[in-house]
Amino acid sequence: MTLTARQAIAMQVMWNRLLSVVEEQAQTLIRTSFSPVTRDAGDLSAGIFTPDGLMMAQAVTGTPGHVNAMARSVGHFLAAIPINDWSEGDVAITNDPWIGTGHLNDFCVVTPVFRQGRLIAFFASTTHIVDVGGQGIGFDGRDVFHEGIRIPVLRFLQQGRPDAHVEQILRANVRFPDQLMGEVFALIAANEGGSRALLRMCDEFGLDDLGVLAGFIFDRSAAGMRAAIATLPEGRFDTAMRIDLVGEPIEVTASMTVKDGTISLDLGGELTPHPRGVNVPFCYTEAYAAFGVRCIVGPDIPNNAASLDAVRISAPEGSILNARFPAPVASRHILGHMMADLALGCLAAAAPDRVPGEHSGTLWNLRLARSDGARPFNVLCFHSGGGGARPAQDGLAATAYPSGVQAIPVEVSERAAPILYRRRALRPDSGGAGTWRGGLGQVIEVAPRDGSPIEVGASFQRVSTPARGRQGGQDGAPGVVRLSSGRPFKAAGRQPIPADDSLIVETPGGGGYGNPHKRAPERVAQDVRRGLITPAAALRDYGVVVPEVLQEATAVPTDAAPPPPR
Amino acid sequence: MIRIATDIGGTFTDIALDAGGRLITGKVLTTSAAPEQGVLQGVRQLLAEADVAPGAVGLFLHGTTLATNAVIERKGARTALVMTEGFTDTPEIGREHRFDQYNLYLEKPAPLVPRELRFGLRERVDADGGVVEALAQTEIVRVADLLRESGATAIAVCLLHSYANPAHEEQLAAGLAQLLPDVSVSLSCRVSPLIGEYERCSTTCANAYVQPLVASYLSRMQEGLRDLGIAAPVLVMMSEGALASVETAAQLPVRLIESGPAGGAMLAAAVARRLGRDRLVAFDMGGTTAKICLIENGRPTQESSFEADRVYRFKKGSGLPLRIPVVELVEIGAGGGSIARVDGAGRLLVGPESAGADPGPACYGRGGTRPTVTDADLLLGRITAARFAGGRLALDRDAAARAVGGALADALGLPVDPSAAAIAEVVEEAMASAARTYAAEKGCDLGGWTLLAFGGAAGLHAAGVARRLGIREIVLPPNAGVGSAIGFLVAPAAFTVKRSAFAPLAGLSPASVAAIRQAIREEAQTMLQSLGDLDDAEESWMVDLRYSGQGTEITLPLAPDPIETLADRLRDIFEAEYHRRLGLLPQGVPIEVAAWSLTITLRVEPTDVLATRPAAAVTAAPGEALLYDLDTGTHQAATLAERAAMPAGGALRGPALLVEDHTTLVIPPGMAARCDAEGFIVLRSEGDAA
Repeated sequence: MTLTARQAIAMQVMWNRLLSVVEEQAQTLIRTSFSPVTRDAGDLSAGIFTPDGLMMAQAVTGTPGHVNAMARSVGHFLAAIPINDWSEGDVAITNDPWIGTGHLNDFCVVTPVFRQGRLIAFFASTTHIVDVGGQGIGFDGRDVFHEGIRIPVLRFLQQGRPDAHVEQILRANVRFPDQLMGEVFALIAANEGGSRALLRMCDEFGLDDLGVLAGFIFDRSAAGMRAAIATLPEGRFDTAMRIDLVGEPIEVTASMTVKDGTISLDLGGELTPHPRGVNVPFCYTEAYAAFGVRCIVGPDIPNNAASLDAVRISAPEGSILNARFPAPVASRHILGHMMADLALGCLAAAAPDRVPGEHSGTLWNLRLARSDGARPFNVLCFHSGGGGARPAQDGLAATAYPSGVQAIPVEVSERAAPILYRRRALRPDSGGAGTWRGGLGQVIEVAPRDGSPIEVGASFQRVSTPARGRQGGQDGAPGVVRLSSGRPFKAAGRQPIPADDSLIVETPGGGGYGNPHKRAPERVAQDVRRGLITPAAALRDYGVVVPEVLQEATAVPTDAAPPPPR
Repeated sequence: MIRIATDIGGTFTDIALDAGGRLITGKVLTTSAAPEQGVLQGVRQLLAEADVAPGAVGLFLHGTTLATNAVIERKGARTALVMTEGFTDTPEIGREHRFDQYNLYLEKPAPLVPRELRFGLRERVDADGGVVEALAQTEIVRVADLLRESGATAIAVCLLHSYANPAHEEQLAAGLAQLLPDVSVSLSCRVSPLIGEYERCSTTCANAYVQPLVASYLSRMQEGLRDLGIAAPVLVMMSEGALASVETAAQLPVRLIESGPAGGAMLAAAVARRLGRDRLVAFDMGGTTAKICLIENGRPTQESSFEADRVYRFKKGSGLPLRIPVVELVEIGAGGGSIARVDGAGRLLVGPESAGADPGPACYGRGGTRPTVTDADLLLGRITAARFAGGRLALDRDAAARAVGGALADALGLPVDPSAAAIAEVVEEAMASAARTYAAEKGCDLGGWTLLAFGGAAGLHAAGVARRLGIREIVLPPNAGVGSAIGFLVAPAAFTVKRSAFAPLAGLSPASVAAIRQAIREEAQTMLQSLGDLDDAEESWMVDLRYSGQGTEITLPLAPDPIETLADRLRDIFEAEYHRRLGLLPQGVPIEVAAWSLTITLRVEPTDVLATRPAAAVTAAPGEALLYDLDTGTHQAATLAERAAMPAGGALRGPALLVEDHTTLVIPPGMAARCDAEGFIVLRSEGDAA
């Protein structure tokens, strides 16, 4: 279709407008959210879809796991509620892991937008609810029924009115009903805000529907992706990674084919389904694997059905990476987050000068809870290890990748639960040595504040398999989990922090990039001066002797000293 | 009373002299190495020009980017940080996140205090303000020794939960005052008593970092003024849009960081009050940025978060967070120098990258080759080459056509002029979009508001922005070129104290509320007592409320209710406001108070520095310009008139350009501009009643 100059310009303006509309939708969600996980950690997503379920634009806030997975969700809603059955004032909801974003904790709300009586678009938004009933935190469920309440796709609002029965059922099945309902209403408000903004745009540009605009966005995005993929050599690029998981590590393989303007990534390896809740619905596997690819290929092209379609992911049906109902999936992020580094591993073979060392990957979340006693609580404190070293930059210390979440302030977490952080400091010598050093992990110590034990849902990764370096860079330090008393504590599983003890986690460092002996000696000296690496490591890993006079200013960190006696 | 206002900007220092309603303005180049020199020289010139004796000056008002520049250029004091032991890496760990999701190569802002200058203090307070581990005197001595050895000349102190219980910070400060009497100390419980250790720490570090510099600068300035013969008190503009004493500024210099934009907002507020517009959008578009500020009922709103030194300009999360009261405004990277480009998906983007002053837009002919908004405006006929910058800069139209018509037009698949139109449309959309999103956050729709345009590029795009927002009235004030300095002349002396204090709304204890409010009041009064009569001051209380469990608060004004009925009334107002902004109310969730804040404003004599006297009659014949029209694809004839030649009551119908030395107002077809008796230009649709 040929557009006049005015139409072509209008398309440009409207595309930008849609991106700001979904941004506004996400911001509304953050402002109305009852959950620190949503507002401080950004664990949410928001997007606009065509009437046939194709995503036109998505907010860039949020985590990749929601975002790509949500791109498919509206299609599932349409399968449950055919297009002609939607009415103005309807709002549909689900937390089905295979429809939404991979576990029961994510609630997805879909709202149709009508113009002159015709359905012209859907808004969808998703956020993480801390408690959805069932066995609570962790991955101990043996099937999805253990993991909490599951709401199939259904209309929660009709003619703008909430269904009181659905609300009663929801409230009766979770531990913190106010929080859940508050969050559901926040999702509804976010979609409402998006709808209003969209209708304003239609008025301004005199649009009856979004058909032409969708075509314009999809054409441009598809062409953009083809051009981005053309910067890679054609061929097949393989990699493999050992992943801790829970209990026995598994080996996952990836084979990437670059051909004819598309990228296919086929996952394989030891993918036996797991008896516990670490299985990954395919939507979530796909999300993180595709995200890893897109960080290198076409990162500036907005996500939509067309740009996502240029990268195709596959995993064997029924495997741990393509779990079948009713597999337990509560902690699907443990394995899911590793898919980004796995995809980057293939790309490192295709474009070695663009791909960083491995990241610490899966978040080092402190899931803390108590379900009995006077003050039950359930908090999720996001924390991270170090990022991989980049081809011409050191890795970022204590920074999440691939997840896009941000940490909740210690002061906020301590208000939300009877816990006391005893320290949170960078972890020296944890960044993988290299011409460019991997990012440092951190040491976090947390204890009960009220004299009662606290349950921890541990699922820490990269404890036995570190983040690997690339192009001659060394591996980052693996993570360590322990109790300060020296009592045993496993990296995975639900365990208590005794009332008189504290949990210490040392998060993993990122992998290095390039031969460490090529690192500029003055950078090594500065790292020593700042206490980021020890003099011994400078000599051992970099072959650099840092004279004591240069170390002098290492007045540092009283934090490196043992914690105060208590 | 004769008053002088000076605003030091990056390139120019603006000066405005108010001699009892007679306004004289001037601009001198900023002298970055010793900024007071430029100010003093400019003041001397302007006094001579106005024939005013230095001794007659009654008040000297000042705003400066000194604090901002010190942070951006990392030229502050050697600063040490004392934090609760175990948490001294907080400035580096921050919030552990990537502010740009798909960017594997991002960098975070370097902390103002490097690791070797951060010291842990053994003490601990919990979230309720209870002492978990007391602060021992020996510990203060130990840390003081480390601080002394470090050679730091400024110290920031940020202890966990000090917003709830400041005792340990105060105890440490008392100790340091004896042990290190010559070092300036900034306490987080005074600088920013708000929850969130990273943000509070960052704010406190920035305060300490700029404190010695700002304090010595202000004392040099006062000395220089005395040498000039000006004995007048000096007041300093703060980011919240209020004037403060030099002593306050020296204690809390981080609060000066946005003084320039705050001045612009105060100007807009004064215009809104004068013209009787309850709902006005201030739109300031310059060379690299556009700033948008909402003025409701004659006042801008305040917020308590700001970011300085963003690694990626305008990218939220890429800067150092500062939690201080600031005039709430949005700033985006859209100005005359903003560069247009097409991304990998064929999407046209304008800014935030800017061609700056050097090389500047391609049409400056100084070697710039990338297309900018100014180049597009020139091609569209909005800028008249002969009058640009008062005719001092010759513009090269061919260079603009080459820049816009090159790779950019190819990627868009459009000829040169439509490509220029696309740039203008996209930049106007970006600005309108920022305004719309910002208004939506506050539950406002800008349709029916008034747009106040100032800054060099605002008049070129005001009509386009207004149309997108459903705004039907645009005002161009007189003297907009030195807007911030004039804003200082109309700003009040005031001080705001905001503090986190969590409590359920139901059963709010009158005694504890009274205690918190009294402490806040005393702090604000201390900061203002040297400036005027506190008995005659206005107190404006605000309270932050939210549903328990939410993290975003709604700030509500607090009427002077009896304390017994306070909770009930607050619940009603909160629910109404929540519903207006966010829709459905969550059921059965308790409401809680999260913070209190107080602004005390001293009464000021009303002054009139906004008006000018327009020409008595048309003083020059209008000329002709050619404006590009996208629908016909041709340049169409338009009227070209001089603003100085517009008489009071005079009107100009679009299509037309109304030009003055530093800006041009584009009047599209169907709209008409009128000049009122005081020199304000008001642009409306011709169909709309005046």
